[in-house]
Amino acid sequence: MEEEEWNNKGGPGAGPGSGVWLGINGYPAPRAPRPHSLHSSVSPALLSSLILLVSAPALAARRGRQTEAMLTLLVLTAAVLLGAAPRSDAIVIYTGWERHALVGSDVRLSCSFFSWRWTSEDVTFSWSYRPDGARDSISIFHYTGGAPYVDNKGPFRERLEFVGNPARRDGSILIRNLDFNDNGTFTCDAKNPPDIVGRPSSVRLLVFEKVPIQAGVITGAIIGVVLGLLILVVAIYYLMRFLVARRVFNLSVSKHGKKGKGKEGSQQRQASVLVDPSKQKAAAASEKKKQESRREKK
Amino acid sequence: MLAVLAGVVILHLTEIIILIISTSVNAWRTNNKASFDLWYTCSTLNAGYHCEGSSDADWLQAVQALMVLATLFCMLSFIFFLCQLFTLVKGGRFFFTAVFQVLSSLFVMSGAIIYTVMSPDEKDGSNSYGYAFVLAWLAFPLTLISGLIYIILRKKE
Repeated sequence: MEEEEWNNKGGPGAGPGSGVWLGINGYPAPRAPRPHSLHSSVSPALLSSLILLVSAPALAARRGRQTEAMLTLLVLTAAVLLGAAPRSDAIVIYTGWERHALVGSDVRLSCSFFSWRWTSEDVTFSWSYRPDGARDSISIFHYTGGAPYVDNKGPFRERLEFVGNPARRDGSILIRNLDFNDNGTFTCDAKNPPDIVGRPSSVRLLVFEKVPIQAGVITGAIIGVVLGLLILVVAIYYLMRFLVARRVFNLSVSKHGKKGKGKEGSQQRQASVLVDPSKQKAAAASEKKKQESRREKK
Repeated sequence: MLAVLAGVVILHLTEIIILIISTSVNAWRTNNKASFDLWYTCSTLNAGYHCEGSSDADWLQAVQALMVLATLFCMLSFIFFLCQLFTLVKGGRFFFTAVFQVLSSLFVMSGAIIYTVMSPDEKDGSNSYGYAFVLAWLAFPLTLISGLIYIILRKKE
């Protein structure tokens, strides 16, 4: 069946990356008509829609001819961006940037892709490995025709497992029982016919004896906690002052007729100082008096 | 007179400058080959002067955080001092300012102590402490004294 055909073509370097793309029957697959350019320009469309979304409520709030002019300008810009954007039908492959793992543990290398087409039945995933310091890479995993083919001769024999879901565009692999020799770069190449133009993405694997703390994590944590506590304390302080002032204000209103107790009276005076809007006058007077007092101190 | 006010302000500004220099300059420990500080290890190899990031040791990150916090609190206390100068009631003390200043001195002290204890020593003893380290240790008593001055200082009636 097709499996035997594909197995013969499964050696290193003879994967789907080389040569003409062949369909299931062995004939060149027919090219489907390309979608409208509206679909192809992701980022300019997103950018212009974001701008419109953000500015529309702001502009709608104001009135006048100026706002109409600005609105039409925005719409024109968006249309220009959408229309003149370059077509990008390419497939985009996502892997991590770096993976850190401990010796003897398992690591899951994830690979996913984005494509404007529906996920076809002929989707393929291909992983290759290049050791640190080596120049050549060898192929260690290939998924095609609905079946995964793992490495059975290379450095990862009997340690590699396919844990992805091609229907959900996930081509992740699991490597068990890591060793220091597994340090290197893993490259994932995915193809979603007829969307095959794309750049493979690489993830670096670093195997440690002890996973180090990343730079700046502790620094940021300490600074964040201290500043957070500071803001909390200041907020509580002002809250207490506000509550005390309000309670005293309520008390003084309720005991309007009586001559209040001495403590309450002084609190009332304090409350009036706190709540009094004419603090500037008092501040200016106290500033003058402070300078005099300094003169006296001297 | 205004002399006390001027003296206190000059002292505070000096401390801020000392803390900023100490936190950022690459001269905490020096070698004939390289100089180390909280953030980079700069060395003069035959190819010129180039720096690489310091180790990710947890004590080093703690020292980084404490020095940054000390600088931050010193600046904040200066701002609060200027605020309180105009808004304090008669007979009031500069408590806010003093609290922040004392906290800043505590942070500098902790940072300097941790660095002194944990910085690795070369076997041949060629490592000597640079001037940024000395400034950090100098900043601690200065900020403490300044904080105490702010506690004692008050707007007299």
